[in-house]
Amino acid sequence: MRIGVLISRVRVEEKYIVQALEARGVDFELIDVRQVKFDLQAADQWKQYDVILDRCVSQSQAVSILQVLGSWGIPCVNRAEVVQVCGDKLNTSLALVAHGVPMPRTCVAYTPEAALEAIEEMGYPVVLKPAVGSWGRLLAKINDRDAAEAIIEHKSTLGSYQHSIFYIQEYVDKPGRDIRTFVVGDETICGITRSSEHWITNTARGGQSAECPITPEIDRLSQAAAQAVGGGVVAIDLLETHDGQLLVNEVNHTMEFRNSIAPTGVDIPGRIVDYAIQIGEGKHSGGNGAHAGQAATTIGGQA
Amino acid sequence: MAVVSCPECGANVEIPGDAIVGEIIVCPECGVELEVTGLDPAAVTLAAEVEEDWGE
Repeated sequence: MRIGVLISRVRVEEKYIVQALEARGVDFELIDVRQVKFDLQAADQWKQYDVILDRCVSQSQAVSILQVLGSWGIPCVNRAEVVQVCGDKLNTSLALVAHGVPMPRTCVAYTPEAALEAIEEMGYPVVLKPAVGSWGRLLAKINDRDAAEAIIEHKSTLGSYQHSIFYIQEYVDKPGRDIRTFVVGDETICGITRSSEHWITNTARGGQSAECPITPEIDRLSQAAAQAVGGGVVAIDLLETHDGQLLVNEVNHTMEFRNSIAPTGVDIPGRIVDYAIQIGEGKHSGGNGAHAGQAATTIGGQA
Repeated sequence: MAVVSCPECGANVEIPGDAIVGEIIVCPECGVELEVTGLDPAAVTLAAEVEEDWGE
């Protein structure tokens, strides 16, 4: 068994994964994506790996590399299709809708005028998010028309072309926290709440983590969201509404977990590594093969 | 434990004994992120700035 670990920035999570690999005595190699080059007609040197574990922070680089490796039949955790769906919030939303997974009301518009119309139709407050990005960066909670006009103008003028695709979501007035669950294969292995006085509760932005028991409903939604994006190793962000409903907000494909091990007591890096080994040994398919737009399963009666 | 000079502020930065190449460490003086680029001898460079498509 030989595992290739794609890295571009070694964070605490990658060190924990290295420790888990060493503890299991697995032959592995860290592959810095900045040094990767492919001769597309020479796959042999890459076939030394039984499985690739992606921990690359760049979504676009990860997708491209996983596409190449996947096309050569090398199992990848996660597959390129999963990264493509999770790494773009519009793709994620489309996959969730296709599978009937409950999520906040979401609109997309392509001009400032249409974006303003969509926001006004949705009603304030709304949240504007870049379709690509993470860690709570560049999220904007828009409380009124003045703010909407200003943010839209700024995005149109200062942003890259991706910011001219306006991804607009209803603001969910959650109870000062959200829930993050970790799904590995077909199991929800643990969950945390992320609490903050700020409406952005990411731990990267100072949210405090505590264990969240996995209720049957949380488990069901987490599994459904993971299935919708194609399965593998993913983290699901859930929002609670005031009437007790749970909505899937985002799905993350190379999740961070440094703040989730202590409160849950679950060896998350160990579980990730064990899963990758299973994939490498051919004991698991590595996902359900579903893609955005393919309604393999439905829940909640919304499909 | 090796000690290198921060390329930003010149402060002494300790490289942990269990560091691996590619690891990100923070300069205790100026707070800049540094990437470990070598272990023997120890070397660091300024870490890349976060890009738009970076995430988890």
